[in-house]
Amino acid sequence: MNRAADTWLIRKATLPSGQSTDLLLHDGVIAETGTRLAAAGAQVLDADGLIALPGLVDLHTHLREPGREDAETIGTGTRAAALGGYTAVHAMANTEPVADTAGVVEQVWRLGREAGHCDVQPVGAVTLGLGGTRLAELGAMADSAARVRVFSDDGHCVSDPLLMRRALEYVKAFDGVIAQHAQEPRLTEGAQMNEGAVSGRLGLAGWPAVAEEAIIARDCLLAAHVGSALHVCHVSTAGSVEIIRWAKSKGWRVTAEVTPHHLLLTDELAESYDPIYKVNPPLRTATDIEGLRAGLADGTIDCVATDHAPHPSEAKDTEWADAAFGMTGLEVALRAVQQAMVETGLLDWAGVADRMSVRPAAIGRLGGHGILPAAGGPANLTLYDPAAAPEPVDPAAHASKSRNSPFRGVALPGHVVATFLRGTATVLDGKATS
Amino acid sequence: MNRHLIAAADLSRDDALLILDTAEELARMSDRPIKKLPTLRGRTVVNLFFEDSTRTRISFEAAAKRLSADVINFSAKGSSVAKGESLKDTALTLEAMGADAVVIRHDASGAPHRLAGWIRGHVINAGDGMHEHPTQALLDAFTIRRRLGGGRSGAGGLDGVRVTIVGDVLHSRVARSNIALLNILGAGVTLVAPPTLLPIAVDGWSCEVSYDLDAVLPKSDVIMMLRVQRERMTAAYFPSVREYSRRYGLDAGRMAMLPEHAIVMHPGPMNRGVEIAAEVADSPRSTIVEQVANGVSVRMAVLYLLLGGAELTGEPR
Repeated sequence: MNRAADTWLIRKATLPSGQSTDLLLHDGVIAETGTRLAAAGAQVLDADGLIALPGLVDLHTHLREPGREDAETIGTGTRAAALGGYTAVHAMANTEPVADTAGVVEQVWRLGREAGHCDVQPVGAVTLGLGGTRLAELGAMADSAARVRVFSDDGHCVSDPLLMRRALEYVKAFDGVIAQHAQEPRLTEGAQMNEGAVSGRLGLAGWPAVAEEAIIARDCLLAAHVGSALHVCHVSTAGSVEIIRWAKSKGWRVTAEVTPHHLLLTDELAESYDPIYKVNPPLRTATDIEGLRAGLADGTIDCVATDHAPHPSEAKDTEWADAAFGMTGLEVALRAVQQAMVETGLLDWAGVADRMSVRPAAIGRLGGHGILPAAGGPANLTLYDPAAAPEPVDPAAHASKSRNSPFRGVALPGHVVATFLRGTATVLDGKATS
Repeated sequence: MNRHLIAAADLSRDDALLILDTAEELARMSDRPIKKLPTLRGRTVVNLFFEDSTRTRISFEAAAKRLSADVINFSAKGSSVAKGESLKDTALTLEAMGADAVVIRHDASGAPHRLAGWIRGHVINAGDGMHEHPTQALLDAFTIRRRLGGGRSGAGGLDGVRVTIVGDVLHSRVARSNIALLNILGAGVTLVAPPTLLPIAVDGWSCEVSYDLDAVLPKSDVIMMLRVQRERMTAAYFPSVREYSRRYGLDAGRMAMLPEHAIVMHPGPMNRGVEIAAEVADSPRSTIVEQVANGVSVRMAVLYLLLGGAELTGEPR
């Protein structure tokens, strides 16, 4: 890649603060900002009406490689990410083999760099093989070329309280964070969907809110006790938001994420028995959506993370109980957040920049990302048109290898026009450049 | 009528009454020496059973055969399903073989919904997971109507009839279908169960809930006992089978607390000595054997109405 040759002059972009400016991208950084900039030989992009967000950062992506390249590869997943406005994604550890050694995380990191659509920061497994019984070599992954700082058994809960305590304690040595998939396993045996009125009617085994909230409460107390950093993955209930708000009020090092689908969709979608709506944690109720949105608005929930979980069609073209959990999300996340948070007046664009870039980069200890556009800063940018007419989502047109978007046919506002990774356009005119 | 019979909850009162009245007509014909009718001649009904259920399968088989339909029994065991074939591929195979109707029993709630999206034929739900078992509810309503109709063949709805359903409502497709259909037909429903075996949001259901069987018995015209599945007995839903039986079982003493006209129902198969005592199951109040016979008539009515068979008098509909 010949980054130095890429010089872009972006005209009249609107910064998250609302201020309008030109941006000159050169040599991987924002060389200059101001009005009526000029640069000979620069490629010019008219960004009048577009918002220039810091490149989005996803704390929670399943890229499936190695092992399930039929569902997604690092190449297709990161192209999808770029199209969604992302310049960095955290690749979850539940691959085959599991990312529980320095070797696997380095491989994932290298494949990400080679693909070039966005940075891939591997997440390391907390326990060997996600087995929940022995710690993986967290230090080796931290010291590897991949510089892993976020550790998670996502898909599985580190349910053993002693093991969770040890993990939280151990990662303090290298400023790590444990990202917990909060799901009490005994309370969710055979669980298929949110436990409530709809599950009772449909005869699908329930996944009660308390199974999430009990683990979050326990983990907050453990993190406080050992003085370590806990990150709560995909918070899905109003009760969880309250517990996290309380933990933060104590000054404890607790952060949290919410997915776009939990901000917009409810368990009533399961009435169709179409497993496109089957996800873990499950879609909840309108009351939960209200609590999650309020939590994201007031900062109790730090960030939006996609939990992009691609699956091949046969994993969803089946009866509900037999279907895989999970939904794709990278390509629609920003639009979904506009719908859930901006159109409702809960967040402005500065808030969106904070929750989708600045804070997730900080939680992931990710240098060079999550920095508001300013002269001298890295040229990681997303140009977004919030005024684009709402268009129905068409998963068939997605760059992801998988089609399991729960927003299929749903009209969402906005359009990602361009994405820049260190000054190189990965997306232009809404299309991937490579 | 809808194109499929997937849930009792989808039926209108008129649909439900049409099925029950048609079943009455067919039941009368079953009393003739020659039981077979030519009405579904040349039609193919597939029994697609992913769970072992000899009772329900032979009931559907008998119903289809009495209407002269060709019946194909497809059991998942030892079939392509055991070799990993998906429900969708199985369904498409059966359709290619010309199934006009598929009767499906599946352990996954919602499997008939999915099937209906994949095939052109009619789908009849013969029990899906913990969701619904609509023909069981129809045959139960048919039985109640006949018994409480004072000997004459039943007609109309079940307005004002007080039905008590006792046992594992949480996991029971029979309970869900019955609650829905009984509501549609105007009956009042009371559920009695240990709190562990009721859905968490049961207060939103249109029925009364009680934990005290003795208090409800004198106010019941019908008492419907649900089977206690073996797997509940070891999963802390209740401390022991004996305690369950003491608190929620129907024995002779409790039966004596029922009004004189009240009937005792059970969808079968029974656990004698657990949810129902032998002397209750075998008493004249028990409708358990009748329910089986009525099941054939009701399933005939469903097949006949869905498949649009020739008039019972012989003319095409």
